[in-house]
Amino acid sequence: MERKIRVLIAKPGLDGHDRGALVIAQALRDHGMEVIYTGLRQSPAQIAQAAIQEDVDVIGLSSLSGGHKTLFPKVVEALKEKGADDIPVVGGGVIPDEDIAFLEERGVQKVFTPGTPMTETVEFIKSCVRGDQIE
Amino acid sequence: MSNHFNEQYNQWKEQVKKTNERFKERKEEFLNKSDIEIDPLYVPKENQVNDDYVENIGFPGQYPFTRGIQPSMYRNRFWTMRQYAGFGSAKETNERFRYLLDQGQTGLSVAFDLPTQIGYDSDDLMSEGEVGKVGVAIDSLEDMETLLKGIPLDQVSTSMTINAPASVLLCMYIAVAEKQGVPKEKITGTIQNDILKEYIARGTYIYPPKASMRLITNIFEYCAQEVPKFNTISISGYHIREAGSTAVQEVAFTLANGMAYVDAAIERGLEVDQFATRLAFFFNAHNNFFEEAAKFRAARRIWAKLMKEKYQAQNEKSWRLRFHTQTGGSTLTAQQPDNNIVRVALQALSAVMGGTQSLHTNSRDEALALPTEDSARIALRTQQIIAHESGVADTVDPLAGSYYVEQLTDEIEQEVMSYLERIEEMGGAVKAVEEGYMQREIHQTAYETQKKIESQEEIIVGMNEFQIEEEVHEDLLRVDEQLEQDQVKQVENVRKSRDQSRVDQTLNELKEAAQHPNSNLMPYILNCVKVYATVGEICHVLRDEFGEYTGM
Repeated sequence: MERKIRVLIAKPGLDGHDRGALVIAQALRDHGMEVIYTGLRQSPAQIAQAAIQEDVDVIGLSSLSGGHKTLFPKVVEALKEKGADDIPVVGGGVIPDEDIAFLEERGVQKVFTPGTPMTETVEFIKSCVRGDQIE
Repeated sequence: MSNHFNEQYNQWKEQVKKTNERFKERKEEFLNKSDIEIDPLYVPKENQVNDDYVENIGFPGQYPFTRGIQPSMYRNRFWTMRQYAGFGSAKETNERFRYLLDQGQTGLSVAFDLPTQIGYDSDDLMSEGEVGKVGVAIDSLEDMETLLKGIPLDQVSTSMTINAPASVLLCMYIAVAEKQGVPKEKITGTIQNDILKEYIARGTYIYPPKASMRLITNIFEYCAQEVPKFNTISISGYHIREAGSTAVQEVAFTLANGMAYVDAAIERGLEVDQFATRLAFFFNAHNNFFEEAAKFRAARRIWAKLMKEKYQAQNEKSWRLRFHTQTGGSTLTAQQPDNNIVRVALQALSAVMGGTQSLHTNSRDEALALPTEDSARIALRTQQIIAHESGVADTVDPLAGSYYVEQLTDEIEQEVMSYLERIEEMGGAVKAVEEGYMQREIHQTAYETQKKIESQEEIIVGMNEFQIEEEVHEDLLRVDEQLEQDQVKQVENVRKSRDQSRVDQTLNELKEAAQHPNSNLMPYILNCVKVYATVGEICHVLRDEFGEYTGM
């Protein structure tokens, strides 16, 4: 049987807005993925740890508090430190366009801003995982 | 029945006369541009009066308050225009406050950053990346002094969006007022202090439900005696709605939470009329104009009935649901953000039609970042245009008697009541929250909504229809990343310069008091803040005693 894509959805920092994270988690499940949701207030180190423990294929980060420029790159660094930087990281939330390049330069694969259809996120995650398999 | 109607009508006329003696009407004469005189209130013609009108609709300022909590509403005074603001340092936020007051805003509303809201100091590891981002960073009384500098606390009312550490921030506010020479009996404002909706939808909880409910009733009790003009809680549907609920769920879960607070206070031995007059509410306003207006009217009627019949409150003021409204943040689009000005105007209008006591209008750029000064000004101007130009405030509850609006009000009431019954069967709101019931209901609605938007069953103008090639939005407010380091230095300086032995002593006394469930913690917390103990230090003492809530 084909292994299901496993995704960790995480809320780094202190932000409590989880509507988007929960909706995305549900959408990914409806598209046949296994989703682990960390709950609120996770540190970058905790998120990296959970990703390794759960053996996920992709990490999705959500932040609506403006902390993304600090917190998203820290998750990427924490993965690197644990030798798990092959796990792609994507992000979403209230993120100004001009911050996207900044985040991508620091290893975030893709940033989804408000209004992105769920299917777009689903397709991107699938392509991420397929890409990994070719390597 | 028409006798009853006439009796109430005459009583209303008396009420209006009295009100007008205290506060003059805004104008000598209310005329529209065609010189037609506008009456303060329109009622059914005598041959159209029926039981339903007398019992369910009635007169403004009278039970069940469907038409409003005051007899003549905005004829005397507009709602309070209260824009929620705060970012970066206390000094920057103080400047924004003074700007808004200069621009004609009539009340303050403080946004705190997440570390403050969750009881961490700026130099706590947990605070990294979040200092000053969604609101102002407050560590100690020193920051609060800066925040309120030059603002006369005997004249301006202040709303503070603070929940788990509400007691700490209220004590700081009291301490600053006292330094200004304003006694605590005189200060006015509101603390949000609504922990149940934090578990449900907003996420800034610290302690488990039982300890949190204790802190809340401590505040009710303390303020009833010491700070009688402060609203001790703002029971909030706003965030429940933002998290995805329907309008009916918003009212139902909010009122269920309200009942839980009333129950908790009664259990602590308070009389309902001792605290119920200081309960306030906070609702959302989304785009469906008539649904929203009817929602506010229904909420008022349900609460009045609950307080009078279920809780047997005797004071009429306890029956009145007073509320603040904020327009719906989640309805704003990142695409073509200027369109949001129009959404906000419609939402604000529904709140005014629904009889709100105060209003925050969102800024057009809030799906992208915190508002710039320009955007915040347009948002305030939107309220001012509704108030001064549209004429909708010249007569009370102008939608009353509309077949549609009255029926919608009734149906919302029925749907809310069936939710309230279900929650009561589950053992009340605290139980329902602990079991995740409300969270699941809200999440389900949020997911359904998202699917409808993606299938274009729901059209969001500029987002899934009528799109254009997007320009890059350059003019956004950015919080200076340097702020976090400055704030960290500042709290370190406070720790060095204060009398540490007094801090240790007051924190110890707080710890001991926390161990006695019957102690009221407010006086102890006030002692701590006065000697410059920080928000984090105070909350850590209570974390040690009460434990931490870790979510579902």
